[in-house]
Amino acid sequence: MTTTLTKQPETASKRSRRPKAARAGGTLHAGPIAYAVLALFTIVSLFPLVWTAIAASRDNQRLAETPPPFWFGSNLFDNLDLAWNDANLGEAFINTTFVAGVSALTIVFLSTIAGFAFAKLRFKGRNAMMLIVIGTMMVPPQLSVIPLYMMVAKLDWSDQLQAVILPSLVSAFGVFFMRQYLLQALPDEIIEAARVDGASSWRVIWHVVFPAARPAMAVLGMLMFVQTWNDFLWPFLVLTQNGNPTVQVAVAGLGRGYTPDQSLIMAGALLGTLPLLIVFAIFGKQIVGGIMQGAVKG
Amino acid sequence: MSTGHDTAAASPVKGGAAPGRPSGGGPTEQELKRRKRLSRRWQRDVRWSPYAFVSPFFLLFLAFGLFPLLYTGWASLHQVELTAPTDMNWVGMRNYTRIFDDEFFWNAAENTLTIGIISTVPQLLMAMGIAHILNYKLRASTFYRVAMLAPYATSIAAASLVFVLLFGRDYGMINWALGAVGIDNIDWQNDKWASQLAVSTIVIWRWTGYNALIYLAAMQAIPQDLYESAALDGASRWKQFFHVTLPSLRPTILFTVVVSTIGASQLFGEPLLFDANKGASGGSQHQFQTLGLYLYEQGWVNQHLGRASAIAWTMFLILIVIGIVNYVISRRLRASS
Repeated sequence: MTTTLTKQPETASKRSRRPKAARAGGTLHAGPIAYAVLALFTIVSLFPLVWTAIAASRDNQRLAETPPPFWFGSNLFDNLDLAWNDANLGEAFINTTFVAGVSALTIVFLSTIAGFAFAKLRFKGRNAMMLIVIGTMMVPPQLSVIPLYMMVAKLDWSDQLQAVILPSLVSAFGVFFMRQYLLQALPDEIIEAARVDGASSWRVIWHVVFPAARPAMAVLGMLMFVQTWNDFLWPFLVLTQNGNPTVQVAVAGLGRGYTPDQSLIMAGALLGTLPLLIVFAIFGKQIVGGIMQGAVKG
Repeated sequence: MSTGHDTAAASPVKGGAAPGRPSGGGPTEQELKRRKRLSRRWQRDVRWSPYAFVSPFFLLFLAFGLFPLLYTGWASLHQVELTAPTDMNWVGMRNYTRIFDDEFFWNAAENTLTIGIISTVPQLLMAMGIAHILNYKLRASTFYRVAMLAPYATSIAAASLVFVLLFGRDYGMINWALGAVGIDNIDWQNDKWASQLAVSTIVIWRWTGYNALIYLAAMQAIPQDLYESAALDGASRWKQFFHVTLPSLRPTILFTVVVSTIGASQLFGEPLLFDANKGASGGSQHQFQTLGLYLYEQGWVNQHLGRASAIAWTMFLILIVIGIVNYVISRRLRASS
């Protein structure tokens, strides 16, 4: 397994590579084309989001005309207000923040202690267990929904948030991610030193592992928050739009009305996406770094 | 390494006992007992705490991953109704024969395959190209990376609803743009291939940037001297890409292919919301009904949870076959390189 966990050498090697390869290949003029392709790709990535806002600022009638609108209208706040109330979005926001928050915090905590054990402690069966963890990443959770649904029915948990939170706590990715980070970020000597001082395993976790793992924990927390916030199938099965929805359930419900008002639907979609876009705008750099760190394996 | 821990386990008892203790004179009997007790506790800690640390993951996985997965197989041999999910009547293989006799099962399997190919192949090829460009020295490189991750932050529900509008037959932006170059309006919802292309577009839009970042990370991990020696041999930038970059990325490519394949096999939200009025049937002619949708239709619309379990279990077996094929291919690749 290769990992690119330290950022320093990465950028350093990138910097030194370009001029050398360019000189050898003699194709320095690739620049403008590369920028053009990137610009196009960026536009395609962002356009549907911008257009969501544009459509949300119009009314249903304007969206049934040609050509489609390219600029903002004046209905944005009316539509946001309507969507907020129609789709039960207020409650959905509170629910989803709670679900995603609890689930992200729990996953981060459990993944850090498990990742630490896999990275730094020796115990019988460690490698076999790690293989199992990686193996579980290959099993899509969607295939388990029917028995989970039966459990929820038996426990009378439909429309209750713990029905969504509990299954979301299984995160093999989190364990793997924290293991990869701690392998390189936590020197063995520090753990040994704490041991020599008489620290128990729990003390090592609190006073050595958590401080060292903090950057990775933050990134994992954000990734898990995004994932749980956007989770669709399982919440859609156990929560109802008018009962106790998450944002995704509420937004999906907007599209299934009998006489759909498109600008209203777009307003709901915008509301459901905006919080995460704001998070990405602020922490984008860290999230990008986290995905690049966690993804490389082979 | 285990010996390292043994010494580490032994020394702190001495070290821990030393400070603050009056020097001179041997330890009392009581003190010796105390040390022994501490040392036992210490050994127990070192020996068992790793298991304590990994056990929450495995317990959660057992309860919400493995057990439901296996129980799906058990439920697939029963008649289970949605209205009374706890009543199970043994029916043997009947659920399987029922779904294998259903043309819509095969239709869904075929759609899952074609949508999977249409969405995965262009997605990964584009991601590779974008990653290659991002690997140049760029101004504002962070901006591009964050921007292309914005679709990843967008939920399936929000993305699908926007694309439904963009793909609208009469007033959609895409048909309007095509009209500008002289192409007649395409019925993106009702035409089979057009609808599959549209559903795939949602998937491609959401995941290309993410995969590009994964490839980029792998590209940055390629040792510099490989490029240097290739450049010394006179290899052009293009040749370097094919002879250095691509071979080094093989494990990563395999990884993304596996992940995308699993994702494609589970496709549900996008086709469900692409024609909200038709819902679980995946279009008026089932033209973009995937296996995930078919499962939902059988279980939650037709209320046959047992039959839905049989579909889930079939999908699981398909994934196992894919996994084995993947394993064989990756072994071949490793052997050949």
